[in-house]
Amino acid sequence: MKTGLPVFLAAGVALGASWCGLVLAPSLQLGGAKETFVLQSSDNWPAQRTGDATIGLQIYRANGCAACHTEQVRQTGVTSEVTITALGTQKPDDFLAFAKSLFVLPKLADYTNALAANLNGWTGELPKTLLTSTDKEVVAEMASRLKAVGVKTETRVVATGADIARGWGSRQSVAADYLYDQPVQLGSLRAGPDLATIGVRVPDANWHWQHLFAPKAVVKNSTMPSFKFLFEVRKVGAAPSPDALKLTGEFAPAAGYEVVPKPEARQLVAYLLSLKNNVPLYEAPFTPVTAAK
Amino acid sequence: MNVTENKTICAGEINASLRVPLLALFGGAGVWLVVGLGLGLIAGIKFHAPEFLSACPLLTYGRVAPAANDAVLYGFCIPAALGVMLWIFARLSRAPLALPLVPVVAAHLWHLGVLVGLGGILAGESTGHLWLEFPRAAAVLLFAAFLLIAVSAAATFGWRQERELYPAHWFLFAALLWFPWIYASANLFLVSNAPPRGVVQPIIAWWFVNNLLFVWLALVGMGTAFYFLPKIAGRPLAGAGYALFGFLTLIFFGTWCGIPQSAPLPAWLPSASTFAALLAIIPVLALAIVTRNTVSGACVACKGGPFCFIKFGVLGFFVASLLYLSEFCPRYSRVLDFTWFNFGVTQWQLLGFAGMVLCGAIYEILPQVMEKPLPFARLAKANFFLFAGGVLLLVLPLLIGGVAQGKLLVNPNVAFADATAVALKYLRISTTGQLLLLLGSLCLVLNVLVLTIQWKLSVVKTVVDYIKSPLETSEVKS
Repeated sequence: MKTGLPVFLAAGVALGASWCGLVLAPSLQLGGAKETFVLQSSDNWPAQRTGDATIGLQIYRANGCAACHTEQVRQTGVTSEVTITALGTQKPDDFLAFAKSLFVLPKLADYTNALAANLNGWTGELPKTLLTSTDKEVVAEMASRLKAVGVKTETRVVATGADIARGWGSRQSVAADYLYDQPVQLGSLRAGPDLATIGVRVPDANWHWQHLFAPKAVVKNSTMPSFKFLFEVRKVGAAPSPDALKLTGEFAPAAGYEVVPKPEARQLVAYLLSLKNNVPLYEAPFTPVTAAK
Repeated sequence: MNVTENKTICAGEINASLRVPLLALFGGAGVWLVVGLGLGLIAGIKFHAPEFLSACPLLTYGRVAPAANDAVLYGFCIPAALGVMLWIFARLSRAPLALPLVPVVAAHLWHLGVLVGLGGILAGESTGHLWLEFPRAAAVLLFAAFLLIAVSAAATFGWRQERELYPAHWFLFAALLWFPWIYASANLFLVSNAPPRGVVQPIIAWWFVNNLLFVWLALVGMGTAFYFLPKIAGRPLAGAGYALFGFLTLIFFGTWCGIPQSAPLPAWLPSASTFAALLAIIPVLALAIVTRNTVSGACVACKGGPFCFIKFGVLGFFVASLLYLSEFCPRYSRVLDFTWFNFGVTQWQLLGFAGMVLCGAIYEILPQVMEKPLPFARLAKANFFLFAGGVLLLVLPLLIGGVAQGKLLVNPNVAFADATAVALKYLRISTTGQLLLLLGSLCLVLNVLVLTIQWKLSVVKTVVDYIKSPLETSEVKS
């Protein structure tokens, strides 16, 4: 080879192809995304953030919180479960006998052991979950058989996965969740817990302020650094500030002083409280727990 | 004039044309490497003592950690690679560097850009996109500086005396095209006033990171290795056909990796990356075969010299690339995502591969281009052992700790704090590795800076001698 032209062309074609595939195509597919609907609700998703929370995202970005925290929940699959909510005219013992008669049905034969284990020692408390971790058809079959004998049931869709079992969310994160994030802070390392639903898990702003000021005051063994620079330690004025942190022991300020959050801390916590990626969507369905009651 | 004489005159001219640009590029690169590894050490210590320097907003972990990474990548790897590239282009062209003043200006512009970028991150002006943290002003400076150096490199390439192209040419020439495209593309999309909506941002960032950390570093590192390994071993590159095959498959398949499996995206994107990662094993193996056949049996006693650096670096490329590609296997990624494993692989790519190869190249080039031996040849050897030990101590615990952490993270019965605590033990060892790397980088920077000072003094001396010297009679008369 004596000229650079083939190299030039090959590099241009290779990089151009990947640019079209991984930059242009996703921009066309997802760049025009709009708000979507929450399942079984008239709400739109995602909701616009308040002003404080929008600025809070910039505090989150500036301090590189995403270096240790992800904002994405993973899911391995979806299962269905069926729960009895009312026995109707049936007595628990009659129901047990009836349930055993279902064991021989072709679709349910594989679940005999699970059903037997679930019903073992049951004396009629409701609601009672009959079958978990199965597929939609089995649950539908079960529900229709039970309906025929007047037993009321509820079927639920449940997302599965370690993140969900940890209580970090009820479903996986999907593209729609990040529509209003600028910049999107997905994160790539979990040196700290996932924050996709932190606004649902810990809705108390005071807890977050304490945690940011002195992480070990609320989470023993925390490896998070303190963000004291987001707070002001000042002399108590005529009356103590209503927002002063309630710190005890080694974390408390000197007598006559109080710790109050600066606007940055308020905004950051407003952002954290706005992280509630926990509603069922068309692309990530689940049955919210409240609906089962 | 016989051929050998012609060659020596030519080599002298080439060296003279490269001296100032290379000192500017390598000097700054060495300083940024020390800065980056120093910041990395601070970030590492914070995991053992979270309160260490936490009162200062500039040095909070979330700012120091990306600043450390960017200082190593943008501060050290890229300018060092550009310097090595200029040297290889000039030598293979058998012509002095074209437009030698341009890279000097560009080198200072580049280092200014890195300074602005690191200052920006520490001041809280990071863009928030992984590996693209530098604020807009810094990105513009870096882009302009790269273009200027590319112009000089391309002109050297275009005006070459020796028309034949070697494998090193393909890799380095492609790298020259690569960076402006991906850097401009990523910054125009993400750091503009109207960034794309939602998850398109991380997709573009992942595309950029993969193209920079996997493809670009491979092009630069393997191109450099394919020039220096045959040169030092005194034998031709074995199997140029394999090298071409490896080059083409790398740029066609490697460019599609990068989208993590767990990402909240339409499934076709991560799947495309998985498929591409599977295919990208081919170029890694092809390049491994070429290197093995070139190096094995070569009678070179390297003893910590450039040959050792480059061999270690290429070995690092194979291992780190295979580990990197394994991250795209859905089965592994379920365990490895969000753990220290991926961080460890990136450090191996940056320091264990690119850093090693480039350091070796710098130690090989400097004595030739300055036409005098290294001021601290022993420190250069110590540098190899410090780097090799440092990389292994840094990376291996991160990989093992990452797997241990990942296995606990996917088990919901283990508390999250316990899963994190497992990794902390390993992080202690890797912080020791960071310390060794920092010591090694001090050896490099001492050598480069002392050479620069010696050269500046010699220039001053020449000028002073010239001024002091009595005029010749002929000049007095006229």
